[in-house]
Amino acid sequence: MVALDETQLREGVDRETVETVQSMAGTYKHGWETDIEMEFAPKGLNEDIVRLISEKNKEPEWLLEWRLEAYRRWLTMESPDWAMLKIPEIDYQEQYYYAKPKSMVEKPKSLDDVDPKLLETYAKLGIPLKEQMILAGVEGADEGRKVAVDAVFDSVSLGTTFKDELKKAGVIFCSISEAVQDHPDLVKKYLGSVVPQNDNYFAALNSAVFSDGSFVYIPAGVKCPMELSTYFRINAENTGQFERTLIVAEKGASVSYLEGCTAPKRDTTQLHAAVVEIVILEDADVKYSTVQNWFPGDENGKGGIYNFVTKRADCREDRAKVMWTQVETGSAITWKYPSCILRGDDTQGEFYSIAIANNWQQADTGTKMVHLGKNSRSRIVSKGISAGHAQNTYRGLVSMHPKATNSRNYTQCDSLLIGDKCGAHTVPYIEVRNASSRVEHEATTSKVDDDQLFYCRQRGMDEEEAVALVVNGFCKEVLQELPMEFAMEAQALVAISLEGSVG
Amino acid sequence: MLEINNLHAELEDDSEVKILKGLSLTINPGEVHAIMGPNGSGKSTLSYVLSGRDGYEVTQGGATLEGADLLEMEPEERAAAGLFLAFQYPVEIPGVGNMTFLRTAVNAQRKARGEEELSAGEFLKIIRAKAKELQIDADMLKRPVNVGFSGGEKKRNEILQMAMLEPKMCILDETDSGLDVDAMKLVSDGVNALRDAGRSFLVITHYQRLLNHIKPDFVHIMSEGRIIKSGGPELALEVEENGYADLMAEAS
Repeated sequence: MVALDETQLREGVDRETVETVQSMAGTYKHGWETDIEMEFAPKGLNEDIVRLISEKNKEPEWLLEWRLEAYRRWLTMESPDWAMLKIPEIDYQEQYYYAKPKSMVEKPKSLDDVDPKLLETYAKLGIPLKEQMILAGVEGADEGRKVAVDAVFDSVSLGTTFKDELKKAGVIFCSISEAVQDHPDLVKKYLGSVVPQNDNYFAALNSAVFSDGSFVYIPAGVKCPMELSTYFRINAENTGQFERTLIVAEKGASVSYLEGCTAPKRDTTQLHAAVVEIVILEDADVKYSTVQNWFPGDENGKGGIYNFVTKRADCREDRAKVMWTQVETGSAITWKYPSCILRGDDTQGEFYSIAIANNWQQADTGTKMVHLGKNSRSRIVSKGISAGHAQNTYRGLVSMHPKATNSRNYTQCDSLLIGDKCGAHTVPYIEVRNASSRVEHEATTSKVDDDQLFYCRQRGMDEEEAVALVVNGFCKEVLQELPMEFAMEAQALVAISLEGSVG
Repeated sequence: MLEINNLHAELEDDSEVKILKGLSLTINPGEVHAIMGPNGSGKSTLSYVLSGRDGYEVTQGGATLEGADLLEMEPEERAAAGLFLAFQYPVEIPGVGNMTFLRTAVNAQRKARGEEELSAGEFLKIIRAKAKELQIDADMLKRPVNVGFSGGEKKRNEILQMAMLEPKMCILDETDSGLDVDAMKLVSDGVNALRDAGRSFLVITHYQRLLNHIKPDFVHIMSEGRIIKSGGPELALEVEENGYADLMAEAS
């Protein structure tokens, strides 16, 4: 972190913020690896590999066909080049697409039977795989609470905690490979219904070779009795991780879900191309939080994860709600735009993002808010922090369709530059195709509570300053709301202030 | 200091609802005026119109602060010009530390007046001293603005803000509501400590008891959007004894 120490700080940049960014970027805590015997599929990608993955997962014929279709589409597609990213050419034939710890070849019946070495891995990461009350080591949280965890190690899920208790509530929480076996109708009905196979290059790749991931089903009227989370760990070398997450919230259902990600330090880069699909029906709400801390590469830009992720929530029916919260600190390259399709009337989509890029990291991230239903609401708050030689881009689309009358969007994007060798970019796309909708940027007022604004202004702040203060406060609140027993990085982020940021 | 002349105001959304109907009042530097009146007489509206809150339409008359037209200014310009409103219901701002809020406010005003901003160190020194006088501990300074504060804490916090911002014209809107005896004393002591020849106060209250602690130079009785009677502190005692009914009957 020499670069940071030598940096001349811009006026107004808070010292505490710089120190927090420094401490987080200085050493990657999760860079060790687990030494374990693995079973690999042969290197490279072809139809046989796709068939092999499907066979390993004992999948029905329709799913194999679905994968093959995706693979064939992928072959005809090209890697997107519109992002503000310098992506070195990726040799897709030099990767392993399937890696499974040998001890997992015969699937253990429960977590108790899982290889202790694997369990140790998660213990070391601080992930609770025992069914116990977790004492939140988080300021202000004095009550223990339960968090169910699905632990995904390279290509397979090791197991899921609190399954029985969730089952009593009617909630299904398991790996997607299990769901294919146990709930094939649900998987068939919803898989690909939000992110089709040919949605984009990386989604097509994922559809062809996804090996595991989480499946969540909340039945009508059920409020999920605990937080759900999935913890992704890439361990094996030259191995891509292609997980697929599918969340379905039936009418009136409610769930909060968190994913966390880490990987060992390696000189070679690794590929991660995930797809998350969320289906939200009438009056249901889903809160999806991500703490992404993949290995970002070393201080010279060597190694790190290439993170190409497609995440999308479909608020399919009236009054459905989704909230994306993401804290992005890792990955050498991030290409990710969690999106909301606001299809029903009175639906609501929110996106809160804090992206920190340091050293040679590149992040191109943002969201899409597609307003299709009447009176739909969306809010985007994005904070980008760049240090070292990093490049951080916010890219966002707000689209109001002709039928989305009286819809509203509020967007606020801030970037903070620490030092003079990094870059921040904001690329907003706005399409409004009806006269009654409003799209508001930055320092406009109506989305922030009027009483709060007036209070700030009565004390002497101008409108812009008042909005920034209230929204920043709001962000901190959102971060504090994160179910982050195992995500202390995000806690540290709460100390970050964006004073001195550029709009 | 503050000159209000024949002020008329109605609700912006409903011009049928006329709240202020020709209110006039002159407050000289160093004076403490109290406005008393029954619920619905327009006391709080007066404070909002003076401080520039949205939702009201001034249809006639005006108000000046040290000769400058208040109604032409944005709320923050009025604040920088020296107008302060202690809110009846202080607003909660989640996630924003009390200290951060105050420092932002103090420096925004200083900047607007072309003064040097206070450094973090200087600010800390001043706020610690002032907080101590109001028995506001370090924890309360760090907590988010007014979130989870008791009624008394919120009002003490308003006075702390007033002390830090050093306004010329202070409006206290029912600062006594929701206070027990001890908190009332603390708040009043805080206000009294700020009284000086260059600073004026307009104390809006429903009850006389606050005026035992903050002794006014003048007392005005407000009813139906106008001042119906003015006098000295004895007028407040009269209200305490006989209620508003007699005065209102007399006025009509």
